[in-house]
Amino acid sequence: MSGGESVPGLEEALAAGLTEAEYGEIRKRLGRTPNVNELAMLSAMWSEHCSYKSSKRILAGFPTEGPQVLQGPGENAGAVAIGRGLAAVFKVESHNHPTFIEPYQGAATGVGGILRDVFTMGARPVALMNALRFGPLDIPKNRALLSGAVAGIANYGNSMGIPTVGGEVAFETCHSLNPLVNAFALGVAPVDRIFLARADHPGDTVFCVGAKTGRDGIHGASMASAEFDEAAEAKLPTVQVGDPFLEKLLMEACLELMRGDALAGVQDMGAAGLTCSSAEMASRGGAGILMDLDRVPQRETGMAAWELLLSESQERMLLVVRVGREREVERVFERWDLDAAAVGRITGDGLLRVRHGGGEVGAVPCRLLTDEAPVYERPRAAPESFPEPEVRAGELGEPADWNRAVLRLVGSPGLASRRHIYEQYDHMVRSDTIARPGGDAGVVRIKGTPLGLAMTLDGNGRYSLRDPRRGGALAVSEACRNLAAVGATPVGATNCLNFGNPEKPEVMWQLAESVRGMTEALGAFGVPITGGNVSLYNETDGEGIFPTPVVGVVGVLDDVSTLVRQHFVEEGDLVFLLGPDADDALGASEYLKVFHGRTDGRPPAPGLDAELRLHAALRSLAAAGISRSAKDLSEGGLAQAAVESLFAPDGSCIGASLALGDSVPATTALFGEASARALVSVRPARADALAAVAERHRVPARRVGRVGGESLRIRVNGDEAVGLSLDRVADSFLHGLARAARA
Amino acid sequence: MSSSFGAQVLVRLRPSIYDPQGEAIRRSLASAGVEGIESVRQGKLIELEVRADSAEEAEARVREIAARVLANPVLEDHVVEVGPDSVAS
Amino acid sequence: MARRRFAIPVFPGTNCEEDVLHALRAVAGQEAELVWHQERSLAGFDAAVIPGGFAHGDYLRAGALARFSPVMEPLAAMAESGRLVVGICNGFQILQEAGLLPGAMQRNRSLAYVCRDVWVRTEETGSPFTAALTPGETIRLPVGHAEGNFHLPDRDLERLEAAGQVIFRYSEPDGSLTEAANPNGSRHHIAGVRNRRGNVAALMPHPDRAWEPALGGTGGLRLFESLVRWSES
Repeated sequence: MSGGESVPGLEEALAAGLTEAEYGEIRKRLGRTPNVNELAMLSAMWSEHCSYKSSKRILAGFPTEGPQVLQGPGENAGAVAIGRGLAAVFKVESHNHPTFIEPYQGAATGVGGILRDVFTMGARPVALMNALRFGPLDIPKNRALLSGAVAGIANYGNSMGIPTVGGEVAFETCHSLNPLVNAFALGVAPVDRIFLARADHPGDTVFCVGAKTGRDGIHGASMASAEFDEAAEAKLPTVQVGDPFLEKLLMEACLELMRGDALAGVQDMGAAGLTCSSAEMASRGGAGILMDLDRVPQRETGMAAWELLLSESQERMLLVVRVGREREVERVFERWDLDAAAVGRITGDGLLRVRHGGGEVGAVPCRLLTDEAPVYERPRAAPESFPEPEVRAGELGEPADWNRAVLRLVGSPGLASRRHIYEQYDHMVRSDTIARPGGDAGVVRIKGTPLGLAMTLDGNGRYSLRDPRRGGALAVSEACRNLAAVGATPVGATNCLNFGNPEKPEVMWQLAESVRGMTEALGAFGVPITGGNVSLYNETDGEGIFPTPVVGVVGVLDDVSTLVRQHFVEEGDLVFLLGPDADDALGASEYLKVFHGRTDGRPPAPGLDAELRLHAALRSLAAAGISRSAKDLSEGGLAQAAVESLFAPDGSCIGASLALGDSVPATTALFGEASARALVSVRPARADALAAVAERHRVPARRVGRVGGESLRIRVNGDEAVGLSLDRVADSFLHGLARAARA
Repeated sequence: MSSSFGAQVLVRLRPSIYDPQGEAIRRSLASAGVEGIESVRQGKLIELEVRADSAEEAEARVREIAARVLANPVLEDHVVEVGPDSVAS
Repeated sequence: MARRRFAIPVFPGTNCEEDVLHALRAVAGQEAELVWHQERSLAGFDAAVIPGGFAHGDYLRAGALARFSPVMEPLAAMAESGRLVVGICNGFQILQEAGLLPGAMQRNRSLAYVCRDVWVRTEETGSPFTAALTPGETIRLPVGHAEGNFHLPDRDLERLEAAGQVIFRYSEPDGSLTEAANPNGSRHHIAGVRNRRGNVAALMPHPDRAWEPALGGTGGLRLFESLVRWSES
């Protein structure tokens, strides 16, 4: 073996992020000491970020099967059949650490990465969403992080011409130093044209296409797995700059090639760049790869082999081209003015062999980099505070003024309209967005078919902190409830698990319990997980984030004309509250946080059976054209749902008068977050039809009021609690977030 | 007596950072038939008028805000130039 | 009347070409084809609609690099010959950079991209986008841009106004011109203009995103009707 590199030892291995035991294992498996290039590849691939070594065993519990599943976890993205010979291809992925270092580029490249994951599968991306978490907006740095990340996401998605149709954002102190950016993308492909990241035919040619390789993000893979500390400053140069223009060209070129059959496999280059993409492709197909780094198009001079192997320069893909079809690929990329270089070929020896400067500078079994990376069963322990006590309205005392309470709550950054954010995203390009952001779920139709795809992202770190099993189940429940509200049937789910340091038993317990809760709910609703991402070590200076599982669920509307929106439509329509009577519980609620500055208490109990029946009822009401509006109850409870129902996306609004019963105290009736509930409006003539559907699904349905007027009025237990003009509600709800974000 | 000093801060992407705008301009020039342009990098020129007692003080202040505010050290380098005092008062 | 054949120039980075194609074919009932920016001829086309997007990434300035594309030459000739050439959003910026329409776009007053519905008031009916409208008619259309803040120096702006070249202004639904109705800070609330001759026009809002109720509005239909009527006259 040549290359002239000095042979590194244990000290270098530790510096690269390996443990002493892992380094020992590597030497044992190789039968020798790895050289610097091999060590770079192995340390990157054995990092938490690439190997999932702490979470792998836990994730194995997710349900991943179903008749509609075309591709489960393990590929660039998951795929499910949606009818008419089409597949929905989707995934959510985190870009948390890069966003903290540089919010604009960090968030932008998160969008770029998830889009590549989707079009790599042969699917044209048709929608984006994002889940964001920042620290409180009264701290200027947090406002800068929010505006930077939103601008970065906007610029990337907007330039690509893919609408951002939904998402969520929350603010908690724990995110001041650990913001979260989870990006979701959804694409559509014919079911028989789905491409996999697989290389199994020796002799095929490996191409590196797209952008040139520079020293971007080197060690990004290991960086994303290390807790932040003050030394993070020293890691600053590892930020990558995104180029949405180049990615747009790359996407068009790849999709053009994928209409033919010159490609045997495609893989996006993300974390650990060339190393990860080539090792994963070869290892899935049981093959090897011989790669000549001198042929990789380079932006900078003098790059070392290990730098080329680990570079995370954006907008690059690895293509495996059937032998003899190389010219075809080159022609397409020439037309799109992109680099396409043949950098290697598929071999039958199972090794990732690397040449540089004319000689071989490293050879590692592909499987040692991927499947055979270590897997850990780390200790788990529940915190002593678990389970948290219930928080009841009686112990809190009532607000002095219900009107001010409602305005304060619906105008708080956690609950106010997200208009300030989503108006910065192009959510209408492609002219298929039939439910714009701001509703329960974003919906895009598929032109030329009656189909619509509904999608939503949900997660509540406060719930998960206090009871991760409930938090996981509630995230899945809310996502599926959102889809049911628009009339869609969930067909698949993806997830992003954002947690702290897995070497802490409490964090491992949170992770395992979250997955358990999610699994229980996914199982109850019959929704498979088709992929996702785990982001651990979200800690800075020992301070971790709330455990934050974010669930993305995709649903199908067989006939988009049955879509139900969330806003009230017409004066005189009747309003019904569907779902079981709520418990008197305010634990971990928005109300408790906004009015009492508390994040404690037990979150609501997920009633999976009640949920399932509610979802079926909501879908029946939509399909039969009975419901004119439907809005799920979640954070902020009934008051929030009622306020959200007042405002239509075209800028119009209409009032409502509601009366709530006396089964729980007024505070809980207005602001309690009990699950499995929804607010539905119908024409008066369809009230009986609604009642019949509810009865058929055994869902309690109470008539709670009527649409109309210029105000929101809510009586609780016979007393008029809330009487607010639409102008006042609009001022708080529609502009609350913009005020806080611009302050 | 304080004077007003003209200052210029040139903010550029650090050499190793990819510059998509510069690269797109280079390619467009090439496709428009302009020959011999090997590389294009795009930066920003920020002009300030600074009131200070001396050129040294003005320069120190501009250097401080350039490093802290005008340039993003994650991505950018900067160069500060302070001219002779223009307006005395 | 025979159907007209529309060219839709596509630059690298253009992203609304499919929306315009669909609107022209399925909604307006015209013939339309996408034309790659490297084409040097628009022979066989009666008219052109430059769609929105980020031509050449909008790098340097929005629309600036597109003017070097080969297709701009036959496009300019088409405009010169009096045939219909219109732009939507980025197409507006490209026509400005190419010198076919007056003005330049600055960044939005908010410094942010803005995507939402706005109302525009029809100012005159001598352009391809307004031929089927009535003066003063207001229409709801979506906008989606970061640089739509129309600028022209005072004297040029006066000339533009005097010549009646402003076709749309951002307004309230009742036609009144308020600050709140202006999404980007455009001078004189200008949302769309035409050339003196009247055959070249553009606007920042997207009629190609508003042609059926499911999309949240049908305001764009009236503009496509106008394109058809103008091209037939």
